[in-house]
Amino acid sequence: MKHDLKMPPDMIQLLSFIKKEFYHILRDKRTILILLVMPVIQIILFGFAITTEIKNNKIVILDPSRDIATSRIVRQLVESEYFELAGYLKSDKDIEKVFINHEAELVIVFADKFSENLMHTGKADIQIIADASDPNTAVSLFNYASGVISYYQQELMNENNVPYQITSGIRLLYNPGMKGAYNFVPGVMGMILMLICAMMTSIAIVREKETGTMEVLLVSPMRPILIIISKAVPYFILSSVNLTTTLMLSVFVLGVPVAGSLFWLVLFSVVFIFVSLSLGLLVSTITETQVAAMLISGMTLMMPVLMLSGMMFPIENMPKFLQWLSHIIPARWYIAGVRKLMIKGLGVTSVLKEFAILGGMAVILITVSLKKFKKRLE
Amino acid sequence: MNVIKAENLTKRFGNFTAVDAISFEVKKGEIFGFLGANGAGKTTAMRMLCGLSSPTSGRGEVAGFDIEKQSEKIKSSIGYMSQKFSLYGDLKVYENIRLFAGIYGMPEKKIKVRTDELLEKLGFQKERNTLVKSLPLGWKQKLSFSVAVFHDPQIVFLDEPTGGVDPSARRQFWEMIYEASSRGITVFVTTHYMDEAEYCHRVSIMVDGKIEVLDSPSNLKKIYSAASMDEVFHRMARKAVRNET
Repeated sequence: MKHDLKMPPDMIQLLSFIKKEFYHILRDKRTILILLVMPVIQIILFGFAITTEIKNNKIVILDPSRDIATSRIVRQLVESEYFELAGYLKSDKDIEKVFINHEAELVIVFADKFSENLMHTGKADIQIIADASDPNTAVSLFNYASGVISYYQQELMNENNVPYQITSGIRLLYNPGMKGAYNFVPGVMGMILMLICAMMTSIAIVREKETGTMEVLLVSPMRPILIIISKAVPYFILSSVNLTTTLMLSVFVLGVPVAGSLFWLVLFSVVFIFVSLSLGLLVSTITETQVAAMLISGMTLMMPVLMLSGMMFPIENMPKFLQWLSHIIPARWYIAGVRKLMIKGLGVTSVLKEFAILGGMAVILITVSLKKFKKRLE
Repeated sequence: MNVIKAENLTKRFGNFTAVDAISFEVKKGEIFGFLGANGAGKTTAMRMLCGLSSPTSGRGEVAGFDIEKQSEKIKSSIGYMSQKFSLYGDLKVYENIRLFAGIYGMPEKKIKVRTDELLEKLGFQKERNTLVKSLPLGWKQKLSFSVAVFHDPQIVFLDEPTGGVDPSARRQFWEMIYEASSRGITVFVTTHYMDEAEYCHRVSIMVDGKIEVLDSPSNLKKIYSAASMDEVFHRMARKAVRNET
């Protein structure tokens, strides 16, 4: 009757347990939805819908003189993909009506005798009027419009062969189209991996505590470390699947290429996945219910990824305290690294610092959470 | 032969002595009822015997292994079923059996043969591919017990196994316990139901962390000239100083 105690059959335990984890995941529609559909939606949402570029804005022109210079500027404005001509105004009294009736986003007012003044005095006035109730859009539109106007100015100078004229121009590196996707893809990758690894792992472990099956597992001869490994393996695999789909979507749908080495990008991501998995494990050791695990992962893991990682707001513009705080957010380093490896196409030597920091975080977090997990058994 | 031995087993949490120097022995194949009001220290004592928590002082042996130094060996010699339902609801009946058999290191071939035998014995052949969560509670409990003894443990620990089950299902459940006991499996069971205490070979009643009495139900009734175990239990429980929690 005595149970066979020859060599510990770790492999049988591990395989049976991993299989069981996959059953849990595959049989729960909500989990499947979060795991496989959400990343796709997020990439598409951030790639297309939530974008900082503004296209095809209606403009209205007030141009008393209608001369060569003004029509050239107007043509250039309309030819750019940003603006679309909605019509001409007759008098400046109509300007406010345009905004009230939402006929256009921008009104461009040329001074009387524009071309004449420009030729003779070298000076002519343009007024750009925007609706600043949405300041971000207003500023962007203003920048686009003044960009077009200064381009015309440059042309004019070249034509007239004005000597010693210094013109400064901006060249946009790596993302010449100023596409929002270039900015968001690294961020969304960081967010998805963090969400799946950390949140889902912590929930998966805490669920066993809640239903009482964890107790049965702890009384079984299965070693705690094996319980943890077999919880982590399925989510590791799923994260890899997600990494692949995210990359494919960015390349083929959003048109964001992998400029650098794919190998290093993947390896770098794997290190980040380890950090996220161990964070999830840590959360699971300090929570008792799935709801708590979800809230803690959401508040302490997801919010910082959104707010402090540089995904949405540039870290350089943050108050000093938040800048300092952002250093402990793993996603900050991951996103910075992905920007270098994927968008800028830099070599692995440029991300050594990020590699080292994430690696260090992974080691520390795994050690701490394993210790906490073992201690909890008492 | 004694398969469980406890000598002055004590567990303290800070100033609170949850289990206060309890000593007892359980023989092989015995059905041992471990009774006590909520907060009397039953669960803590049981956790120590299962190797989940180490005693503050005293010592214990389960299946011939020391509970402090050889808890890993104890874990593979015992089965366990908790008051909370201990199977996975989103796994099918046979998947649950295979999972736990795998965790206890049973080889694949043996698992297959034994699973078929078990399902036939329980009359669950049709439910082989049913998700456990859609079984009636009484069936779940039966399955849960069968899984706990599937790997032929020396001792099975049952922590209030019949909570919430109707009397007829409880009756059937106890038949399974008797059957396991006749196979030589020692049954260590905690329960709230005093009619169930009557089914045990011997019972102990814990009050405030101490074992107040330990004897067969018939002897206890004689000593306290009580008609039922329920009466014995209430007389004991009245001595409790600790608040019920």
